[in-house]
Amino acid sequence: MKAFTAHRGLVGPMDRANVDTDMIIPKQFLKSIKRSGFGPNLFDELRYQDEGQPGVDCSNRPLKAEFPLNFPRYKGASVLLARKNFGCGSSREHAPWALEDYGFNAVIAPSYADIFYNNCFKNGLLPVILTEEQVDILFKEMDAEEGYQLSIDLPSQTVTTDSGHVFTFELDEFRKDCLLNGLDEIGLTLQESDAIKEYEVKRAAQHPWVFGAIK
Amino acid sequence: MTGRTLYDKLWDSHLVKQNSDGSSLIYIDRHVIHEVTSPQAFEGLRLAGRMPWRLDTNIATPDHNISTDKAERDAGVSGMADEVSRIQVQTLDDNCDLYGIKEFKINEMGQGIVHVMGPELGATMPGMTVVCGDSHTATHGALACLAHGIGTSEVEHVLATQCLVAKKMKNMRVTVNGTVGVGVTPKDVVLAIIGKIGTAGGNEHAIEFAGSVFRDMSIEGRMTVCNMAIEAGARVGMVAVDQKTIDYCEGRQFVPKGEMFDQAVAYWNTLTSDADAQFDTEVELAAEDIAPQVTWGTSPEMVSAVTASVPTLDEQPNEEKRKGLERALEYMGLEGGQAIESIHVDRVFIGSCTNSRIEDMRAAAAVAKGRQVASSVKQVLIVPGSQMVKAQAEAEGLDKIFVDAGMDWREPGCSMCLAMNADKLGAGEHCASTSNRNFEGRQGNGGRTHLMSPAMAAAAAVAGHIVDVRTFVGGDQ
Repeated sequence: MKAFTAHRGLVGPMDRANVDTDMIIPKQFLKSIKRSGFGPNLFDELRYQDEGQPGVDCSNRPLKAEFPLNFPRYKGASVLLARKNFGCGSSREHAPWALEDYGFNAVIAPSYADIFYNNCFKNGLLPVILTEEQVDILFKEMDAEEGYQLSIDLPSQTVTTDSGHVFTFELDEFRKDCLLNGLDEIGLTLQESDAIKEYEVKRAAQHPWVFGAIK
Repeated sequence: MTGRTLYDKLWDSHLVKQNSDGSSLIYIDRHVIHEVTSPQAFEGLRLAGRMPWRLDTNIATPDHNISTDKAERDAGVSGMADEVSRIQVQTLDDNCDLYGIKEFKINEMGQGIVHVMGPELGATMPGMTVVCGDSHTATHGALACLAHGIGTSEVEHVLATQCLVAKKMKNMRVTVNGTVGVGVTPKDVVLAIIGKIGTAGGNEHAIEFAGSVFRDMSIEGRMTVCNMAIEAGARVGMVAVDQKTIDYCEGRQFVPKGEMFDQAVAYWNTLTSDADAQFDTEVELAAEDIAPQVTWGTSPEMVSAVTASVPTLDEQPNEEKRKGLERALEYMGLEGGQAIESIHVDRVFIGSCTNSRIEDMRAAAAVAKGRQVASSVKQVLIVPGSQMVKAQAEAEGLDKIFVDAGMDWREPGCSMCLAMNADKLGAGEHCASTSNRNFEGRQGNGGRTHLMSPAMAAAAAVAGHIVDVRTFVGGDQ
């Protein structure tokens, strides 16, 4: 898995609450059997004037000029600044795949939907949780300064602005460890094979109907 | 020791290992697989040189991508018109064949929307952990399961290890006591709950639905409710076991018989929250306050009674709500203050893992019977949730009622709920839909979704606009 330790980069906005995963990557792109290549279709309906289709080159599609991430000043953004309940709706992991493929390394928002939050960690994308007030401050600073950058440090769990704010954020120890070290979670679980087998033996004795049914 | 909730019990009985860092290893009893979120997981397995941990836990079927058109379906996978979709469904078939995973293939009896198929085949049983790469997996919680959606990396994790690394959620209980009025269905109850707690209200929680309304509800109705727990932010929705749960399970294909069934029932009967169990969050609604519900906006929380009007900007408590409403009204092409019943509909969709079970088909048919679709309505899609639902509906003559009314009777699949196949809305079109999400573009780029119950959707098809099914006398019955 891709590791994340620290990142400094240009901040881009997604200034609305309850951004759902259909909005992040519309359903027609879920027909792919690959994990990569979703970046050009990130926020497809908000970003382009026409309807996107899988396999179509996006470089010549007409852009919606009013969509902030299309503004020249946000070109190359690698930190997405967002509002509460980001990533709600469908469980599609194509959402973090698309964000990561577009070039985002981190998202900052006051809250996330549970499945999206979980999916981010599997893909080296750090979802930072700050308070609504702190996110407001970052939006204001970003609006005021072209080329606005932020520094995110995972070991110390901090977001630092050039204006001197240092905001700390919380995350689970296990997730932090996996992300910092780029650990293979499946490999880690397989180290517990004996415990899993032991559980299965015990459970099969108690609830035998759970085993062997589907053939 | 204080009592345990249903969720606590399900969690405890699947705990393989508690780690010192606060994470846990949880055992997964049933893994349901479909074509959209599994190909990358199987590929990951192969790239790492791993094999599935257990085969008899997995059950697969194609549903999201497949055509609901009879002629195209009869042509099988090789006859799928959309080449990209065809490759994805073929990949599912190939992966299941390669590893020996049980799959109900595209036109096989048993095939259906994953969350309709699992329970109706008895692949889902009380007390199980059930996961699927689909957020509506909470549906299975109607059978007192710990069921939730996962991403593709976790699909791979479950395939490889039969476990997930998880953190225990908080307990929420949503209690609805009383008796719902005539014309008020499980869909209305869950939409009213979402309207009350909001689309993020259940984040980080597992919800147990409790109270007389859910006890009185059929298992199919409980599935409709649990299905939409995710639209309130909760990955998990559950209803405790009662006699209805056991009666529902008995005799289904994968449910044990004889002595083992009795043994299972003895355990299943323990799957209720203890009387002294503590919940982190409690929510209560009164059944009598719930009217048929309709969404007018672009989030399931943007919902009102059918008798109400679209909210106005002045009524909003803060700037965030005002901005959200303004954007939603613009997208939906609605005016604040406009009566919900004045909203015309261009298309109607009755189906999805929320509302495509036999009871839903019956409720829609009861309204459609002897009536005609309004001439202004371009299309009414009736999409049964599974081959078994389709066969049952046809045995009852429901298909004929729909066709006589001018509606399309289709083949089972996810269809216009997420519009991955050819069933979709055109830009600007309003749809009365029994599905679960009214997000921008969900049912087609620029499409405008109004979520409601099957009876309400059928009534809208006949009236040509949204209408209160309780007072509906439209058509030429």
